[in-house]
Amino acid sequence: MKYVPSFWAILIFISIIILVLYISYYFAKKARTSEGYFAAGGKIHWSINGIAFAGDYLSAASFLGICGMIAVSGYDGFLYSIGYLAGWIVALFVVAEPIKRLGKFTFTDAVDAKFNNKGIKLIAAISTLIVSLFYLIPQMVGAGSLIMPLLGLPYWSGVLIVGTIVIIIVATAGMASTTYVQFIKGALLLGFSLALVITMFSRGFSTAPDQGGNIPYHDFKTIQIQSSDNKKIELKDKSYNVIKNWEISNSSKTLQFVELSKDNINSIWKVNNEKNILEETLFVTELSDGKKLYNGGTVDEKRFYQVGNLLDIEGKTPAKTGTLDPLSFFGIIKNSNVLLWNKQVIKDSGNTITVYYQNPTAGAEILKPGRIYKLDTAKGATLNTRLDFISLMIALFLGTAALPHILIRYYTVPSPIAARKSTIVAIAGIGLFYILTLYMGLGAMTGGVIDLTNDNMSAPLLARSFGIILFSIISAIAFATVLGTVSGLICASSGAVAHDIMDRFMGIKMTDRKKVLAGKMAAIGVGIIAMILGLIFKNMNVSYLVGWAFSIAASANLPAIIMILFWKKTTAKGIIASISIGLISALTLILMSQKTFNEVYNIPNVVAPIQINNPAIFSVPISFIVLIIVSLFTQAKKVEVSENSV
Amino acid sequence: MDHIPAKEWKEDAATSKLKSKIGIWMFLVYLVVYAVFIIINVVNPEIMGIDIGKLNLAIVFGFGLILLALIMALIYNALCGWVEEKALKLEKIQKKIHEEVK
Repeated sequence: MKYVPSFWAILIFISIIILVLYISYYFAKKARTSEGYFAAGGKIHWSINGIAFAGDYLSAASFLGICGMIAVSGYDGFLYSIGYLAGWIVALFVVAEPIKRLGKFTFTDAVDAKFNNKGIKLIAAISTLIVSLFYLIPQMVGAGSLIMPLLGLPYWSGVLIVGTIVIIIVATAGMASTTYVQFIKGALLLGFSLALVITMFSRGFSTAPDQGGNIPYHDFKTIQIQSSDNKKIELKDKSYNVIKNWEISNSSKTLQFVELSKDNINSIWKVNNEKNILEETLFVTELSDGKKLYNGGTVDEKRFYQVGNLLDIEGKTPAKTGTLDPLSFFGIIKNSNVLLWNKQVIKDSGNTITVYYQNPTAGAEILKPGRIYKLDTAKGATLNTRLDFISLMIALFLGTAALPHILIRYYTVPSPIAARKSTIVAIAGIGLFYILTLYMGLGAMTGGVIDLTNDNMSAPLLARSFGIILFSIISAIAFATVLGTVSGLICASSGAVAHDIMDRFMGIKMTDRKKVLAGKMAAIGVGIIAMILGLIFKNMNVSYLVGWAFSIAASANLPAIIMILFWKKTTAKGIIASISIGLISALTLILMSQKTFNEVYNIPNVVAPIQINNPAIFSVPISFIVLIIVSLFTQAKKVEVSENSV
Repeated sequence: MDHIPAKEWKEDAATSKLKSKIGIWMFLVYLVVYAVFIIINVVNPEIMGIDIGKLNLAIVFGFGLILLALIMALIYNALCGWVEEKALKLEKIQKKIHEEVK
């Protein structure tokens, strides 16, 4: 759909950038020592650190990705919210205080604290870089995708703007400026998400949502079929000419579409044989020369509608409700029917047509799992789909406490008690936000705001239905979301390169000032790499990458952290083997999975060797087992002490 | 801006160990509840659709897991605070005895 940038969007966006740059300038003087640069001097108050945790953790994948998934698929998107939040329990109960006690600047410090082993330093730093890069790519792609609706600028400029600003934030004042950028972003995100949900409650539901009277509701048409014989369809309304007919079969169903023409405008309709009607669809045609048409017209012709509405409200149509409350919101959806949209790609003489067709669904079905993750045998669940679900939930649960950019935030507070308290503030803030994702996602699903070509924009578009100012603020916050998370990731990577590899692994003798300079150069280097990757992976489906970053972190880092803390027989070689095997097994399983074959290599017709898309269910236990076996085989020999010896 | 002075942490090993034990037990309790959520979804997902007032089990369980995390976090903090306070009191008494003996 066509996004028109507004004056307010540009103004708010520029204000946020000026604020962020001022913060970096303000803290630049305080980041002249290595402790100041890598750990904000260890002087951040726990309450600030807690909200900064939220700003660090609630990335574009959370705000845009989860709300978008819920908007098009319902409860299954909320599973991510549950898993992401549950992961903080591991961080609080198991990791927070010991990590603070053991380390100084980085995750590597903590795992290496008992051994002072060069191999651990190197492999833990490599693990930090790999996890951070997997996490960085979706953030940069998110920045590029957001800049278009926000400012009307091309994709590459979004990547370059984020990259440049983040390099300035990190290279001037490291963790000090990063902390306050994340704090402001976290507070803004929580405050305005809450405001958006409250505003949504006050508007209520309608079977014909018109975005507060701003955009008229498009009532999708149907046409009666007169006769259908041997795939040849005749219509009652003779003003339409039937041009083409497609029949698409897969293992579970057969879909039939027809292309019609009226007044020289072509349209695509889905055949509903049960009701003997044609149902209007939305479609995007990608021509062989790369140009795209939306419902047969250019993007400027605005023929492509925003969708998503209740078909009835508790059996009545047309209908409207008054103000909602947090419980009646779900009660009404549960007892109503919702118009969802499915997607079908048709290859047609060199053109690729993506057809979005209507899928009326009972509200009660939307409010429980099963639309993305097949778990019910009657709905096509298999052992693999179930294992995939379990594996995802394991990765989300165990991944959070093993993400290097989260762990380094424990070094910015003065004590283990402050580390614990800041984690509790983080749980409160992040928990509130994740509860709001279900309201925002379902609000977009039923509010007539979804852009089917870009479901990531569901939350900002929901805000736009309440006016351009709220849209501008929410979009600018979404952009700041990317800034906050990318700053944290680049800080973690900078620490891995300058502190773990250059200083501690390679043993390069550096003065404290030179170490800070090395950190800044590393931040610039990683920032440039992040920009290049953001440009390369432009068309990549980004939500999987964040899930994979969690799987890799859970497989490579978590077993090492847990076993160091709770198993006295853990050895340095056991740690090195565990991190290495965790990384290799998780990466191998990801690269050989069907989803990677479909989405990354673009070979959807080839059967991949691994049918499970989330590796954690295998790679996490493998990493634990390897650590135990190698540690048992590499125990230090006990020196026999005879009675006579002194 | 809200900075507080950095200070050296002087917690004794016994206090850390006790807090760590509390943490592990509370982690296991949450893990069981989280595992029950996954098991219900995998074994009998239809149960998730059972009505609970205006909501259903899926929403109540999902919100419940988020709220439980916060409630357990607050309980954990209170328990740790209590352990730390006791340790601090003990340390003060020991110091006093030490000084009196001197």
